[in-house]
Amino acid sequence: MKVLRTSVIGLACTVALSLVLSGCGKKDSGTSAGDRASNAEATYVAPGEKDEYYLFYSGGHSGQVFVAGLPSLRHIVTIPVFAPYPGTGYGFDVESKQLLGNYTWGDVHHPALSQTDSMYDGRWLFVNDNANNRVARIDLHDFKTKQIIGPLPNSSGSHASSFVTENTEYLFVSTRFSTPLPKGTVSELENYEKDYKGMVTALKVDPQSGEMSVGFQILMPPFNFDLASTGKGPSSGYVFFTSYNTEMAHETLEVNASQLDRDLGAIVNWKAAAAAVADGKGTKMEGVTVLDPATVPGIVHFVAIAKSPHGMDVDPTGKWVTAGGKLQPTATVLNVEKILTAIEQKDYEGDFRGIPILTHDKVVEGEVPVGLGPLHTQYDDKGNAYTSLFIDSAVTKWKLPPWTDAEKQDLTSVVKDKITVHYSIGHLAISGSDTKKPDGKWLVALNKLSKGRHINVGPSQPESSQLIDISGEKMKLVAEAYTEPEPHFAQILKADQIDPIEVYPQAENKNPNAVWELEDGIVTRTGTTVEAKVVAIRSRFSPDKIEANVGDTVRIHVTNIEQTADMIHGFGINEHNINIVVDPGETKTIEFVAKKKGVFPFYCTNFCSALHQEMQGYMIVRESGAVEPTPETGTPAPTVKTDAVDGIPAVPATENPDVDAPAPVEPNK
Amino acid sequence: MKRFLRAEYVFLQKPLNVGSRLLLLLSAVIVGGSLYFPLWKVHLEAPQYQEGLEMTIYAYKLEGGNGGQDLKEINMLNHYIGMKPISAADFTEMQVIPFMLGLFILLALRAAVFGRMGPVVDLFVLAAYFGMFSIGAFYFRLYTYGHNLDPHAPMNVEPFMPVVFGTQQIANFTQSSYPQMGSYFLCIFMLVLLLAIWFSRKEQLPSSLS
Ligand SMILES: [Cu+2]
Repeated sequence: MKVLRTSVIGLACTVALSLVLSGCGKKDSGTSAGDRASNAEATYVAPGEKDEYYLFYSGGHSGQVFVAGLPSLRHIVTIPVFAPYPGTGYGFDVESKQLLGNYTWGDVHHPALSQTDSMYDGRWLFVNDNANNRVARIDLHDFKTKQIIGPLPNSSGSHASSFVTENTEYLFVSTRFSTPLPKGTVSELENYEKDYKGMVTALKVDPQSGEMSVGFQILMPPFNFDLASTGKGPSSGYVFFTSYNTEMAHETLEVNASQLDRDLGAIVNWKAAAAAVADGKGTKMEGVTVLDPATVPGIVHFVAIAKSPHGMDVDPTGKWVTAGGKLQPTATVLNVEKILTAIEQKDYEGDFRGIPILTHDKVVEGEVPVGLGPLHTQYDDKGNAYTSLFIDSAVTKWKLPPWTDAEKQDLTSVVKDKITVHYSIGHLAISGSDTKKPDGKWLVALNKLSKGRHINVGPSQPESSQLIDISGEKMKLVAEAYTEPEPHFAQILKADQIDPIEVYPQAENKNPNAVWELEDGIVTRTGTTVEAKVVAIRSRFSPDKIEANVGDTVRIHVTNIEQTADMIHGFGINEHNINIVVDPGETKTIEFVAKKKGVFPFYCTNFCSALHQEMQGYMIVRESGAVEPTPETGTPAPTVKTDAVDGIPAVPATENPDVDAPAPVEPNK
Repeated sequence: MKRFLRAEYVFLQKPLNVGSRLLLLLSAVIVGGSLYFPLWKVHLEAPQYQEGLEMTIYAYKLEGGNGGQDLKEINMLNHYIGMKPISAADFTEMQVIPFMLGLFILLALRAAVFGRMGPVVDLFVLAAYFGMFSIGAFYFRLYTYGHNLDPHAPMNVEPFMPVVFGTQQIANFTQSSYPQMGSYFLCIFMLVLLLAIWFSRKEQLPSSLS
């Protein structure tokens, strides 16, 4: 009978689902003519006009950061961070290759704007790489990636990062994955509970340069730490983490990590931790000072939070912290004042491996019935919270405490509005939600599924972002756009808060290999190194002939001497897997070993001018030992007689043993 | 005829009254002031240069808009049609103009001190000649730029005359060229000289001379 009932329900669900799906694309969107006009008016940015906000959204496993404008939701530019990006030549020149290390992808989740006094200061954007435990810093002066730190020692799966403290003193990172430590240690999965460790990492940020370094680490039980939020006001000096898998399961987490009704959130007093490190209370692991909270009391407290929570978000006053209980239809609101009292009075309901657990009922203000699958919460400037609901595919608006006694009796009364989004929202973003002064104009819903709302592009479908007007009592969905995979969290910055440069001023280019006059372009040879200093300007390269011998190390420095905005030149070499793009006033260097004999055209890849097609040159690579007939250099080129140079054997061109450049494509077999 | 020459001779000998002398002092100040303001401005606008490119001419220097960048950009674009780069060094009159303006100041002061009509008329004539010469030289300069085009340039255009005063279309650019505050100062300078002459036109010659 039970089986029958289940299958009946299953059938009903299938029917309902197929009705919904078949409705897609056929029915109209339900937007009335009046709404169409007013929504269009609200989000229309006329040609020649500019958006009011930047939307910095993480590019997920694309490894990049996307920048769009609000309210238009138009994608404006991609900032390459953890993956090569031929569009801007990122990952091809010496400097960006060095930034990337040997990695060609990353998994960007949570961008964080730098803050001063709990307000965005418009200096840097930090993003994490969940895949390779790295954090990157993008400078908003030129929208370029300036530093990548990591893989961080003793840390795997930097999901809960990057979260900045009130004055960007630290960035917090915690481990989504626990592993035996130090890295390289092998212990069987059966020993998970005993040998696997979680870790909270504090990255120190230099207040002038923004340079990140590993400050200290805090050893944690092997839970899966998920997301975090830093305190301000009364919660100043604290950072709050959610975790799941308090069960410490090591296989089939889907089920095994979902057994307990509550998981332990961590409340970390980072100021106390920094003081403990200064007092010498840590031990060194892999060169990093690690604190054990079981032996250094007062730096970590746990609090039980409803089932497998995901987001953990401190409100603008710093008084309330909302955790989304992914597998329970409530958002748990923690009262910071009560947390501080409980810590002070040691009001514990137990401990986990020596780390005290605060008495749940003493610190929880209430559990708001927001709907199914609550994940993340953002705040406006009027005391409202907005929680994303993955399962309900909706956003719920509710009122933050303080609540009246009547409201506390029935917390459904603080829920004000709910709006459907399309489909299955993950994060949501409100400008300044993580600062002390949010801007309650727009909310962006970052949805995980688009499910054919766009014109059909085949099975690889984009993600959808939706713009919701939150200025009124009721939320109003006004626009949507699609992005490549896969935005997670976003930060929204008022456009007038920053003033990025448009060209690199010539006076500030200190590159010793830069040349600024056409007649200064030069190719020189020192031993087996050929060095070219090339000027790029509309519409030529100078010099436009580079000569080398097989086996030579070729270093080419290209300086774009333009000082005009958007006068960008590229430098791509045929069959060498090389393309750099040089902004006005910038110098970039490429380095490779000439491995193939022949004549290889190079050309400007970034369309620049009416005679862009003519912007080209040739690289001539002769047999090793051949004499260059007309050296471009002022000094005569020495003849290289050896067959093997610098350990690189001279090879016949026909064999094409090049590893840098892809082999010619073979015809289909 | 003899009477006219006599009258002209007498006119040039006329003393200047206080008002005229003060006007001469004022004229010296105005010439000095003109050094601080641009004399001429050339403005170029195109679909991809909506913000415009600007070249400003001072008595002693040539200045590109946007911190000098506009002049580089104008030259950059002109190299496609084989035009010689516009550079301050080519404007030899720029070495002469400040000297001449200084001379005008001295001559105005001299005329104020001497207090006779003759030197004022001299100065006026000299200034008028110099003004016309400068505009002519400027015209010639632009003519040279527009007509000496490198035949090997990537783009062949018919030699053309950039507009000196007014607005015209050259390929995708709208070029406009107009006098600026410095030139207005110099016009006012001339007007003030005329006023100085006018106010003393009825002065009587000292009896010894009449
Ligand atoms: Cu180019």
